Amino acid sequence: MIDQPILQTEDVSRRFGGLFAVRNVTFALAARGLHAVIGPNGAGKSTFVNLLSGQVQPSAGRILLRGQDVSGLPAWRFPHLGVTRSFQRTNIFKSFTVHENVRLAAQATRVFGKDMFSTVRRTAHLNDVADRAIERVGLADQRQTIAGILSHGAQRQLEIAMTLAIEPQVILLDEPLAGMGQDESERMAALMGGLATDHAVLLIEHDMDFVFQVADRMTVLVEGKILATGTPEEIRRNAAVQAAYLGDSDVH
Amino acid sequence: MSSSHMLPQSWIGWCALAVGALVLAILPFYVPSYYVGLTTVAMIAAMLALSVHLLVGGAGMVSLCHGAFYGVGAYTVFFLSPEGSPQPAWLTLPVAMLVSGLCALVVGALSIRTKGFFFLMVTLAFGQMLFTVLHDTKLGGGTDGAYLAKPILSLFGYTFDPMSLPRSQRSFPAYYVAFGQLVVTYLVLAFLLRSLFGRVLHGIKLNEHRMEALGYNTGFYKLGAFVIAGVFAGAAGHMWSLQSGFVNPELLAWHKSAEALLMILLGGINSLAGAIIGAFAFTALGEAALSLTDRKLLVQGLVVLLAVIVLRHGIAGIRLRDPRRWLQALRSPGKWPNLSVRKPVQEARQND
Repeated sequence: MIDQPILQTEDVSRRFGGLFAVRNVTFALAARGLHAVIGPNGAGKSTFVNLLSGQVQPSAGRILLRGQDVSGLPAWRFPHLGVTRSFQRTNIFKSFTVHENVRLAAQATRVFGKDMFSTVRRTAHLNDVADRAIERVGLADQRQTIAGILSHGAQRQLEIAMTLAIEPQVILLDEPLAGMGQDESERMAALMGGLATDHAVLLIEHDMDFVFQVADRMTVLVEGKILATGTPEEIRRNAAVQAAYLGDSDVH
Repeated sequence: MSSSHMLPQSWIGWCALAVGALVLAILPFYVPSYYVGLTTVAMIAAMLALSVHLLVGGAGMVSLCHGAFYGVGAYTVFFLSPEGSPQPAWLTLPVAMLVSGLCALVVGALSIRTKGFFFLMVTLAFGQMLFTVLHDTKLGGGTDGAYLAKPILSLFGYTFDPMSLPRSQRSFPAYYVAFGQLVVTYLVLAFLLRSLFGRVLHGIKLNEHRMEALGYNTGFYKLGAFVIAGVFAGAAGHMWSLQSGFVNPELLAWHKSAEALLMILLGGINSLAGAIIGAFAFTALGEAALSLTDRKLLVQGLVVLLAVIVLRHGIAGIRLRDPRRWLQALRSPGKWPNLSVRKPVQEARQND
């Protein structure tokens, strides 16, 4: 990884009242590859993603995107800068069809001004973008299905398609496998591997087997602080990580 | 296909709308002039309800300031053409729309960041502020209101004077202006809800947080909807002045907003035409209640309450089943058909 990192944090902290959810984290995400963030429950992983995607503002420190300070920008600006995310709890428009969901995502960064007042039918380019994203996550034969009646796994795929429709450079995935079966997990692993070849993917995940199988780099977060960063092999051998986290992995 | 753009889903719905419009178009020639006036009032209420629908049905924003923009539209006519110096409608209407739009812009800019209950309270406060300005100062005739000169119906130098008509038809011009404005209001709002802008509003209504994460500046879109709704409320208020020739502060009071909300609730919150149906039903209900008792509001309130409990999707949500299923049900007693309401797919309301 000699690439210039695309997304960095410098000494970022976030306090909720007296509690530090994230404390003095300095972190770099390479422009390509899959970077997993692991850590026990309550380690601040979700807050960390919320910081990177602007949902939560840092109490201290800076967030740099391609070297530009983006801390303090409102959340809606991040997709326009090429950073999108998925949510831990499935967060889709359940009464829309799959295609409508993805098209709404595609519209966000593409349609402004008087184009807002054209009707849905006259927007072939949005449909194309949406179809490409749907195809990539493997939902092509369900594009006209109402999202609310999809299987849980398909809803998670849809969530990824929505992040892809924005055509981002950075994809932040907050526990995309939560509640997925074995087959679905394997398909998702293949999808993520594909995405990591041309995107910066940050993945938060509980499933250790999965993480060690797909990640190019890993960061271990404990009590809001970075315990270690390295390749999966380095993390596996790291004594501090073993003591703090992996040793407990069969407990949770 | 979800019913998210709130327009008729089939040709049957569009035909029903067309028939309704046709009935309204010929109505004045068949009913006493009292009912012509009453229908005009109902159409004005329908315009207000339509504009509220853009906010509530379109974007999920429940505002109690909306009546105030309606009142501002009506009062703009008073300020432009006080009693004795009438102005042409082609001037007063755009100015009324502009002034209410500006009011909506200011109120919206200050209240749009709040959500749900807080948005309701903040808009209530702003609405009552506007009400107080006209209620407690001599600016607009004070508590009693004031007469104004009805705007002249003139276009391209040709002036239409209602007094030239026989006495029984003097209420016709206002009726047809209101009818035209109602049709235009419906079509414009229908177009807006169908457009990409309408899709964004619908997304915001379902899950604003998600829309923000997708890259939508939700505050901007909500403000846009608030201002557009304010402009149309102002146009409805202008029509009120044109029809009645009288303004009073009650036009701005919060009950006006509450009434409009009750209308769309009664008519059906999932359909744009429901706003019109609700406004007509509400006006008719008030009229019927008045003929029975002095307690008009009590009757209206009870009926709306009942309607909301029985018809969850309002009058427009009533669907007659396929006739073949009626026949089937008749053949197998015990399974009686009902006026069932379409069940929309459960909508996502969760937050991260």
